[in-house]
Amino acid sequence: MKRHTTWRTRFFSVQMDMRAIRRMGLLVLAVLAACLLGPSLGNTMLSPVTVVETMMGSGSGANEFIVNNSRVPRTLVALLTGGALGVSGLLLQGVVRNPLAAPDIVGVTGGASVAAVAFMTFGAGAVSIQWIPLAAISGALLVSTLIYALAWKKGVSPIRLILIGIGISAIMSAAVTFMIIVSSAVTATDAYVWLTGSIYGASWSDIFTIAPVIALGLPLAVVFSSSLNAQQLGDDTSAGLGVRIQVDRIVVVFLSVVLAGTAVAVAGAIGFIGLIAPHIARALIGRSYGALVPASACTGAILLFAADLIARTIFYPVDVPAGVFTAAIGAPFFLYLLFRNRNHF
Amino acid sequence: MSVEAKNLTFSYEKETVLRDLSIRVPEGEITVFIGANGCGKSTLLRTMARLIQPEKGAVLLSGKSISELKTKEIAKQLSILPQGPTAPEGLTVEQLVKQGRYPHQSWLKQWSPEDETMVENAMEAAAVTSFRNTPVDDLSGGQRQRAWIAMTLAQGADTLLLDEPTTYLDMAHQIDVLDLLHELNEQEGSTIVMVLHDINLACRYADHLVAMQGKSVFAQGRPEDIVTNDMVKQVFHMNCHIAADPIFDTPMVIPYGKGRKPYGAIAAAEAE
Repeated sequence: MKRHTTWRTRFFSVQMDMRAIRRMGLLVLAVLAACLLGPSLGNTMLSPVTVVETMMGSGSGANEFIVNNSRVPRTLVALLTGGALGVSGLLLQGVVRNPLAAPDIVGVTGGASVAAVAFMTFGAGAVSIQWIPLAAISGALLVSTLIYALAWKKGVSPIRLILIGIGISAIMSAAVTFMIIVSSAVTATDAYVWLTGSIYGASWSDIFTIAPVIALGLPLAVVFSSSLNAQQLGDDTSAGLGVRIQVDRIVVVFLSVVLAGTAVAVAGAIGFIGLIAPHIARALIGRSYGALVPASACTGAILLFAADLIARTIFYPVDVPAGVFTAAIGAPFFLYLLFRNRNHF
Repeated sequence: MSVEAKNLTFSYEKETVLRDLSIRVPEGEITVFIGANGCGKSTLLRTMARLIQPEKGAVLLSGKSISELKTKEIAKQLSILPQGPTAPEGLTVEQLVKQGRYPHQSWLKQWSPEDETMVENAMEAAAVTSFRNTPVDDLSGGQRQRAWIAMTLAQGADTLLLDEPTTYLDMAHQIDVLDLLHELNEQEGSTIVMVLHDINLACRYADHLVAMQGKSVFAQGRPEDIVTNDMVKQVFHMNCHIAADPIFDTPMVIPYGKGRKPYGAIAAAEAE
């Protein structure tokens, strides 16, 4: 059976893996299904028909609030945040050529956490908490720039980036712990919820924050996919093939940081999506980055949507942070990866 | 297309590895760099392939400095197989060879008819077509190296640089790989530049031998002309006897140190 199909016109040519395309179609369908399912499920069950009617503006007043102000934004934020984390993890794993990498290692989570918790501890009352996302993304960018600069030695090598990233992240988590200890009990609780990651109280403004980042970030990630494919052969070989390694590396890491940084700013330090989503995508789609970018976006979106759905329905009326569930699946998965890759390290 | 290194100087940290080194690679021939460990032969090859930048001097492609050329343009003329390359887990031979087309592809042109032909031809030339769907990491050492060479062939460059292509291979596979390169040179007229450790194989396969010592070129020329007792002593710090290879009539270096007492007429002659 022929697995590949080639399309060519005078100016354009591309080769596609048919099985990957079919599976990609299923992933997109799953995301679309989530868009309907999310607003339907909850304490008050609504039929998808009611949901669509309400979204069109012809539903009852009570439903309108639940659907348009609560469930729709929450569903969309979960999908967009999950998608951003999935692609971010994919890009980073591609750059450092290590399947155990996640956006955390370039300091996104560490930087955002320190900034957000510092904001809660020292800025509480003085400045509006609406600025937490801005603080978080600034922290993420600042710390990842620091890590990248420290790893630089006539260019950045993946292993140096990982080691320095781990070191700086440890310092960041120590700083977070310190701040939580010195802060009041109320602030500490807020900080813990933020650090676990929760989509509770997602609003339309969150969507407007993250949607443009996805809209620009995904196509850009696809543009760099052929470079990432070549980079998997190692620095020397890919440089020999004409990849501008250091330029491409810095752009892709920056893209990864912005995607994860925005996601963390909106939803808190949700862990493991960036680690797991690319693996599931690879298992479904194969190894070509051009296809892995959209596939990781969809997988990440579905994962976080599912985690949040469980978080807000099963333990109702307690709204458990979605990060608890991503960690519950993610941590064992990480161990599984370590076990499977045991011969490679 | 000609490849030339002009007045190259390169240091790692504070240690100078190449000093004011100039060399011109003969077109359409096989050039082999030899020398003791740490003599800078790999560094020279890597500088010529723009994997490292010299402090001073330049590498010229048809007279143009490579630092002024676009890296993708260089890749169309010059391909490099680094030492001990590793493929990601599960990557098949065909997927590897396809990567060789990277410099010819763009956003819109991802898989042209030329890409397809070049990949097929490269796999055919390196005799890896029959296991195109096998993961590279499942192959034997020799097959694996042929798969990597096929990738560099798909690149379509007429100059091929190889950094110790026979290291880690057993004798049969070393010959297998060198024969493949010899064939490419004969049939396609490719210019081949490589670093080899085995001086006897170097003498057999090289049209042009470059012996490096003291951060520079010690001697270069046809193996028959430059391989002498004195050269080997200077370059490898080793005593030897040089005989004619009974099959190929190229110089054959027989080294000797302290182990096992030499005997016979040659030992007597050397002793004098």
